[in-house]
Amino acid sequence: MSGTTSIGDNANLPPGGALHDESFLAALRRQMLRFAALQLSDAQLAEDAVQEALVGALRNADSFSGRAALKTWVFSILKHKIADLLRQRMRLVDASSLLHEDEEGEDFAVLFDRSGHWHADERPAAWGNPHESLRESQFWQVFDACLDHLPGRQARVFMMREFVELESDEICAAVGVSVSNLNVMLYRARVRLRECLENRWFLDGERAC
Amino acid sequence: MLNCREATRLHSEAQERELTFKERALLRMHVAMCSGCRNFGEQMKLLRDAMRAYAKGRDAKDE
Repeated sequence: MSGTTSIGDNANLPPGGALHDESFLAALRRQMLRFAALQLSDAQLAEDAVQEALVGALRNADSFSGRAALKTWVFSILKHKIADLLRQRMRLVDASSLLHEDEEGEDFAVLFDRSGHWHADERPAAWGNPHESLRESQFWQVFDACLDHLPGRQARVFMMREFVELESDEICAAVGVSVSNLNVMLYRARVRLRECLENRWFLDGERAC
Repeated sequence: MLNCREATRLHSEAQERELTFKERALLRMHVAMCSGCRNFGEQMKLLRDAMRAYAKGRDAKDE
């Protein structure tokens, strides 16, 4: 398919031309908003942060080439904005609003027996050579879906830790939980994510390629 | 001795902090006998690698 997008005169795309591709921009903006809203749990703040990140990107439009580079770059601006906002808001967060939805009580008895050992059919399997999967675009669709399945609070701290790359103490302050609470949340998020990937990708028999 | 629940907890915490000598020794003993927790430990590292790749913007053809 010669599916060129409707960029006016794209014979000689200027660097940063992706910023003028509206459907790409709209999709990017949606992804950014979803991410920012999850992190900040405030739609207006999220909207502002995304807007600023995009404006910042426009300002330096010629310092990158291609969509992947743009996306990486815009997201890294967004991550910094979110990290700043979270640090500013640390004292304002109402910890109880996060803690009352009790995901801690969730049932890990499905995974472990009473003595704390794996149930036979839940024992983690070997994943072969998983780093190869990271090169497959279908893997990332599954990965996305699995991230989406994490309960809100777990998803939020997990993304703070692994995506925004905040340190534990920064997350604790931003979210208003103790380190041991945080470790439990991260643990549960990882257990779930691991299980989801195992079931939906690594053990999924023949992958439809 | 650790059970699997405790061993997996430690595997997760190893992503946040350096485990103590004792924790590492206990964990090593456990995974020597338990393939499930051994796999789990390796998968925790993979998750971090995957998240880094994900954060880097992953596939170029996101159109």
